[in-house]
Amino acid sequence: MPAVKAIRGIGHRTINAVWRIGMATRFFFLTLMHSGSSFRRFHLIIKELFSTGVMSLIIIVVAGLFVGMVLGLQGYETLKRYGSESALGVMVALGLVRELGPVVAALLFASRAGSAMTAEIGLMKATEQISAMEMMAVHPIARIVAPRFWAGIISMPLLAALFSAVGVFGGYFVGVVQIGVDEGSFWSQMQAAVDFEHDIMNGVIKSFVFGTAVTIIALFEGYDAPPTAEGVSGATTRTVVTSSLVILMLDFILTAMMFGGS
Amino acid sequence: MSQSNLVEIRDLNFTYDKRPVLQGINMVFPKGKLITIMGLSGCGKTTLLRLIGGALEPVKGYVKVNGKIIHELDQDSLYDMRRKMGMLFQFGALFTDMSVYDNVAFQMREHTDLPEELIHDLVLMKLHAVGLRGTHNLMPSELSGGMARRVALARTVALDPMLIMYDEPFAGLDPISLTVVGDLIRRLNDALGATSIIVTHDVQESLKIVDYVYFMSNGVIVAEGTPDEIRASDEDFVHQFVHGEMDGPMPFHYPGGNYRQDLNLQAA
Repeated sequence: MPAVKAIRGIGHRTINAVWRIGMATRFFFLTLMHSGSSFRRFHLIIKELFSTGVMSLIIIVVAGLFVGMVLGLQGYETLKRYGSESALGVMVALGLVRELGPVVAALLFASRAGSAMTAEIGLMKATEQISAMEMMAVHPIARIVAPRFWAGIISMPLLAALFSAVGVFGGYFVGVVQIGVDEGSFWSQMQAAVDFEHDIMNGVIKSFVFGTAVTIIALFEGYDAPPTAEGVSGATTRTVVTSSLVILMLDFILTAMMFGGS
Repeated sequence: MSQSNLVEIRDLNFTYDKRPVLQGINMVFPKGKLITIMGLSGCGKTTLLRLIGGALEPVKGYVKVNGKIIHELDQDSLYDMRRKMGMLFQFGALFTDMSVYDNVAFQMREHTDLPEELIHDLVLMKLHAVGLRGTHNLMPSELSGGMARRVALARTVALDPMLIMYDEPFAGLDPISLTVVGDLIRRLNDALGATSIIVTHDVQESLKIVDYVYFMSNGVIVAEGTPDEIRASDEDFVHQFVHGEMDGPMPFHYPGGNYRQDLNLQAA
């Protein structure tokens, strides 16, 4: 019976999804539990900050610059219709700080650092490095997972802030230098309209939440990957797809909570 | 448990997805001895090592190491026990993001408060023992398979374990590396006063160095004895395995359907 088969398939997928969410939650709490030892050996976090944060700088800076330039161009074209070109700085800054900075930086972070984390841990599992560590009485979550988790959480807000800052300069370059919007209006209106608590801090909170979500998804997928070439490649793909969807979903929820009533 | 046995296995049963892998295994590993477990691939040898190391839990029976039943230990006690064990994985399992030096120093840094100067000397001594002191600055990707196995061996014995387990230490080695690794395993066992368990299907090399042999097939022990007894054995299983014969109780082919039917050939 095709109908029974289809229902059985849906049931199987649902149970599997719930089981994976449960496992990921347990993994998240285990990571938190084993985080103490990471902070006692902070050099491990520093090392991971380099590979997740510093190595993501180029893609973040270049992407931030172009996104800012596009915002400057599109913003000018729209604002010009209402004679409000002088508000270009406000539009660029709010767009970046509230929304595009955290979201696009997190999407880039998921594809660059998240996929790398998954592949690295998946390969460590496939080559028995994680089993070897367990046999040496060293907990892999404390030694491998927790430092990467905290490095992801620390680097994500910094990368998002950098993305927004570079983006503002991209908007400035297109709007002021290329098109000729008044420089004084661009900066002064931006300074007057962007609120530290309401705009910047909310953007930081968003990037912190996205960083936590992306990092734990990437680490869980790597740790849970079947120890085969196919398993690792599948886990890497799942990291990017799941992270991207979770970022966009969380962005809607957070935006509704932060700016929904204002 | 006898005081002279470091590891004792009694009526051990283990299943993977309801498929029996080990059935009623009884073994003893006396202190200071080098003992090998032989059998065809898939007969349950590596599973047995994992049960001894506490990575798996038996469905029945127990593994006792140094007087303690492994699967009854909580995580802290199990980790305490593992600090006294060393395990050499089939392909070394060196940490690829660390140099040879850092790989060997790993356990010393994790489990001891030794000063870095002392760790430096100990690491070089361990690497010297396996003949690879000159490689301490290299990364694992710069080593050959045999060298990686020897570095892994140095890492395995970094904290002078009481029990050393080797999972297929001879697999894929050239004849010279094979002799070197075999000789090293024997010398390290004697020098450290440890007990060693080698899981392998390399008959000739292991019979040269071990004190006792267990033969496994389909999850049960089918023969055991000293190397001389094994060489002289007239049991079909042992004879076929030791002499690498095609015909015998161990089939070469995995069970399948009718060959002619699979090839769609008509009866003549």
